[in-house]
Amino acid sequence: MKYKSIYFSISGFFLLTSILSLVFWRLKLGIDFTGGSVVNYSFSKDVGKDALTGVFKNAGVSDVSINSSANHQFTIKTEALSQRQKVQVGADLKNVDTNYQELSYEVVGPAIGPELIQKTIYAVIFSTSIILLWVAYQFKNIKYGLAAVLAMLHDSLVLLGSFSLLGHFLSVEIDFLFVTAMLTILSFSVHDTIVVFDRIREVSKRDYRNLSEIADGAVTQTMTRSLNNSFTIIFMLVALVLLGGQSIRWFAVALLIGTVSGTYSSPFVAIPLLLTFDKFKKPKIVISK
Amino acid sequence: MRIEKALRNIIIVILLTVVCLVISVPKRIPVKITYKFIHVDGQIIRPDLDIRIFGKDLKRDLDMSLGLDLAGGSYLVFEADTSKVASDMKMTSVEGVRDIIERRVNLFGVSEPTVRTSSFKDKLRVIIELPGIKDTNSAIDLIGKTAQLEFAQVSEGSEQNLEPTDLTGADLRGARVEFDGQTSKPIVALTFTDDGARKFEELTAKNIGKPLPIILDNSVVSAPVVQDRISGGSAVISGSFSTEEAKNLAIQLNAGALPVPIHLVEQQTIQASLGTDSVAKSVQAGLIGLLMVLFFMILMYGKLGLIADFALVIFSLITLAIYKLIPVTLTLPGIAGFLLSVGMAVDSNILIFERFKEEIRVRPLADALEVSFGRAWDSIRDANIATLATSFVLANPLDWKFLHVSGPVRGFAITLALGVFVSLFTGIFVSRNLLRVLLKERKS
Repeated sequence: MKYKSIYFSISGFFLLTSILSLVFWRLKLGIDFTGGSVVNYSFSKDVGKDALTGVFKNAGVSDVSINSSANHQFTIKTEALSQRQKVQVGADLKNVDTNYQELSYEVVGPAIGPELIQKTIYAVIFSTSIILLWVAYQFKNIKYGLAAVLAMLHDSLVLLGSFSLLGHFLSVEIDFLFVTAMLTILSFSVHDTIVVFDRIREVSKRDYRNLSEIADGAVTQTMTRSLNNSFTIIFMLVALVLLGGQSIRWFAVALLIGTVSGTYSSPFVAIPLLLTFDKFKKPKIVISK
Repeated sequence: MRIEKALRNIIIVILLTVVCLVISVPKRIPVKITYKFIHVDGQIIRPDLDIRIFGKDLKRDLDMSLGLDLAGGSYLVFEADTSKVASDMKMTSVEGVRDIIERRVNLFGVSEPTVRTSSFKDKLRVIIELPGIKDTNSAIDLIGKTAQLEFAQVSEGSEQNLEPTDLTGADLRGARVEFDGQTSKPIVALTFTDDGARKFEELTAKNIGKPLPIILDNSVVSAPVVQDRISGGSAVISGSFSTEEAKNLAIQLNAGALPVPIHLVEQQTIQASLGTDSVAKSVQAGLIGLLMVLFFMILMYGKLGLIADFALVIFSLITLAIYKLIPVTLTLPGIAGFLLSVGMAVDSNILIFERFKEEIRVRPLADALEVSFGRAWDSIRDANIATLATSFVLANPLDWKFLHVSGPVRGFAITLALGVFVSLFTGIFVSRNLLRVLLKERKS
């Protein structure tokens, strides 16, 4: 671990970018968090955006954002519609195009979002503590637990930062699925870290060099497996990003970013952290004559 | 000895694979062969599960059950207003709401609806999933109506007053739609319980020649004038109903009144066509990803990789079969969970093979194989338990109120957790036995 400072600076750079982006641009929240309505319509003929805006105005909805996609399909986002407004819009659209179809409709009340965030925070705290305890127990040392969990939080932060950037530049919104992806990355990241720790534990049973040298060896020995394993997962995810349905594309992107970060963080964040913690340990009392 | 045992295990695995293959395939497979003199044009029909074990019937149609995002349908969340209910009765009243909604949707004819309660902080909610329901508005109306039925009598005073009586919807045995013999308009026929019949008889006896208004949700729907004392416990509500309205009213009356008012806070309606498109694409993407993984493994590990690929195919078959047997409702995030677990399944083998490459340098082949499995097992166990811990939190099997109780997160976690379990079996047991038999030391 000669290059510990280099690894820390690379991670530091990504973390700083993530934090800055999160501070300045925040995250672009989808309606799962903010509340509101999203409707997807498919029309049988050309209808202008103005006609649609008119229909929603008529129902007393003023804040309307309309996006058109292929084949006369429109995605419309508004404040949360009431049942009465929804029925009114439906009736008025029949006048615009009798053969229109409502492909999907979603309305989320304003109370749901804060609750979702709270439950997610609880889930993160809960699974983080389980993992911390499990790793600390397995490796008989809280340092291992801490290093694994910090590496894991590093990955979550990088993921959040990436989506803050994606939100700013590509208007990618985060939704319920993003939450799922983030929680998955927690376990994925630690999965990789444990494999390296495991090798350290195994080697240190029969090798009395200092931890730093053992860790170097462990990282080298597990590198091929770590890369090969990540490749198989990356293959899966890239296929999903490029060819999968629209609804899980950004979910797959989130998992992809998390996988790459998780693969990097095990040898280059968790291990350097472990070694740093190890330096702080109290010197053993040596009895000499 | 070791080889014989391995052979026996492989036979078990093959049998299991065949069973899983039968369960996994679609119900009908068209067969069309035209070769010289042979013409076959028909289909293979997979039998459904229908067996008796220990006197218990086990019956499953073995079709993949698809979630709302794939099959289309409605997802509704109602919040209950329990402000007027004593705090120790709040949960009971919401459970009452759930039971009644459950009865209403069952009477409405939805196949496999789910109705659950959720409480977070002081908010009590009922979450309803209605697969295949496209007319969400009428479903919301049907579910959300309070349908409080009352009979009132008109008291004479300075002016006419409606005076509620003790005869209410609670005294009903049942309600059904009938048609008036003269006007052929739909009416709702009521049958009272014994107690209700007695109350109704007293009420009609007291009010001969006077109207007896029937009040539904605080508005008078009809006020028939009592001609005579009515015994036997039946009455009709006539009003200007459409057949559909009369049917819904009957459903609401049969199911009973909601103990507390509710209002809609979240709704999602998905048309099946949108889902089908996503599924087709995602399944295709998954297959391409899987092929890439299979190819990559052969490229990296040669013969070993081929064995890992066998284990992976068996993994997929077993997992699909388990989805159908439990059954797991498959959603888009669920598919993603499955694909991720494929990655984890391969990982077990990669760990073992990398270890094997190291051990083969210092040991004879058979020993190297066993040592690799033994050493790799520690990593595989520790890493997979961490994944299981997270999926446990996400799936929330104990329904802890402070975590997510529904929705896509759960579907994802369940498929991921199942994947981890199956991958432990295929990654260790299946590939180990295959390797024991197929991998022979090269005689030099």
